[in-house]
Amino acid sequence: MHDLAIETSGLVKTFGDNRAVDGLDLTVPAGTVYGVLGPNGAGKTTAVKMLATLLRPDGGEARVFGHDVLREADAVRGRVSLTGQYASVDEEMTGVENLVLLGRLLGHRKAAAKDRAMQLLEAFGLTEAARRQVKNYSGGMRRRLDIAASILNTPDLLFLDEPTTGLDPRSRNQVWDIIRIVVAHGTTVLLTTQYLDEADRLAGRIAVIDHGRVIAEGTPGELKSSVGSGAVHVRLRDAAQRPEAERVLAKELNTQVHLEADPVALTARIAGDDADAGPERASRALAALAASGIVVDDFSLGQPSLDEAFLALTGAPPGEHSLALTDHPATGENAQEEAA
Amino acid sequence: MSATTTETGTSFVPAADMLGAVLAPGVRPPRPSALSASLTFGWRAMLKIKHVPEQLFDVTAFPIMMTLMFTYLFGGALAGSPTEYLQFLLPGIMVTSVVMITMYTGVEVNKDIEKGVFDRFRSLPIWRPSTMIGYLLGDALRYTMASTVILVVGLVLGFRPQGGVVGVVAAIALLVAFSFAFSWIWTMFGLLLRSEKSVMGVSMMVLFPLTFLSNVYVDPQTMPGWLQAFVGVNPISHLVTAARSLMAGSPDAGEVTWVLVCGALSVVIFGALTMRLYNRK
Repeated sequence: MHDLAIETSGLVKTFGDNRAVDGLDLTVPAGTVYGVLGPNGAGKTTAVKMLATLLRPDGGEARVFGHDVLREADAVRGRVSLTGQYASVDEEMTGVENLVLLGRLLGHRKAAAKDRAMQLLEAFGLTEAARRQVKNYSGGMRRRLDIAASILNTPDLLFLDEPTTGLDPRSRNQVWDIIRIVVAHGTTVLLTTQYLDEADRLAGRIAVIDHGRVIAEGTPGELKSSVGSGAVHVRLRDAAQRPEAERVLAKELNTQVHLEADPVALTARIAGDDADAGPERASRALAALAASGIVVDDFSLGQPSLDEAFLALTGAPPGEHSLALTDHPATGENAQEEAA
Repeated sequence: MSATTTETGTSFVPAADMLGAVLAPGVRPPRPSALSASLTFGWRAMLKIKHVPEQLFDVTAFPIMMTLMFTYLFGGALAGSPTEYLQFLLPGIMVTSVVMITMYTGVEVNKDIEKGVFDRFRSLPIWRPSTMIGYLLGDALRYTMASTVILVVGLVLGFRPQGGVVGVVAAIALLVAFSFAFSWIWTMFGLLLRSEKSVMGVSMMVLFPLTFLSNVYVDPQTMPGWLQAFVGVNPISHLVTAARSLMAGSPDAGEVTWVLVCGALSVVIFGALTMRLYNRK
């Protein structure tokens, strides 16, 4: 097998004035989960669609297991599966009909397609729902059917485009478990997500993308150490003590402290030279607050959010450009070009 | 896994051994033939009819309405009696009704392309036109149903075709074949236009003149010259003449050939345009 599942260089896709993917370079080793992390409108879906042969690149090159996505599209199609952001199953058909349809299209004979469909439905806990129309499924069930459809012929590379967006926590955990099992059986997974913790839990390597370009790449550990180990959120009992608390936290954590709109709340980002030091340094800071006679009502240590990660990686929070402007990606692009 | 965990669907816990068993990369079957993939998509279209039977309204009620309306509206005035007129009108009204309902092909395609499932189809290693042919196969069934409904209504009202069973079946077969070919215009518009409504709008703009400015309702000899010229080149007129001749038991080989050639051209031109749009979408 080819060592690299995906190689792209200078991949470009434009929609009018909007350069959705703008010189994307990705190298995805086979047999791992590769996370593509980015906000809405960063170009994740566009990139996935080009790699899955659904969109023609406007520039650059992309290879999947060594096959060019344009010139050898059918060879690529034979090895990949796509679970799109919006469930790639037919809502008007039942679960079993969806899988039988796909099985037939993948070349299975009628009986074999039926058997395979029933096996998959059982493995994904959908046997009871097999004969119900998919439009009556819950979000989690739909997503499971979608993934079942994607592994009907176990692909060498599975694209999962924001597989957990919009799912409740339990369904999200189910999807995570499924992804782990799929990868353990040798399928490479390209996972796009907006959530740092999701990429952190699943991916061996992560590319952070914004404005269609990779702005950081590495293992989750490497990324987190460049981002910082997270943020300490503190709520005081008395707003009058906030200036004092700000001084103590700034000194203990050696970082800038952010005063929240809420007059009793503060947030301090833990600087990132040592990714594992977060809890320890946070507890020292908490002790220092208590020693100064500051009453803390509530305290939490969070993983850096995607916003915080962006702040650390780009020096600007994502909301400053296209991220908050997903309805108007072109505007966001312009803002970025002006900033650059 | 126990029965209780599968009941609600939400309390499912992915089991490594069960998932592992389905993941075992078995031998992949060879890709399906073009015919097999097309028939599979045709089966999908049938399933849709099964799940949403209300959509058959347009191939049952609409043709009945058309037949009754025009038979009794024009029959007395144009031919002396509705039954007399029906002998002339029925093949034409059958053509009109079926050609009218071809526009739903475009609407259906347009509705589907917005859905994620279309991306999945497009990422499969299958013969590319099979997805579109599937729609048309499902529609061919609908055209056959509409034709049959009209024939039955006609027979009840007193239509007595001289061509017998063979002539009538041949006429319906020709009509369904032509409609299948003609529908590629609608798959093209379905992919080209942005909304269902615009697809409907364009379809009406094309279909109304095509079906009314023809020889369906009256003999074109009373029409002004420029209109006769249009009616003369209108493919619907040729289809109606061919269908009439078959039902009357005196097949007009020239007209039948004209219709078949016209249908073949439609597939070549609009089929190619459809696939170009489909691949670029």
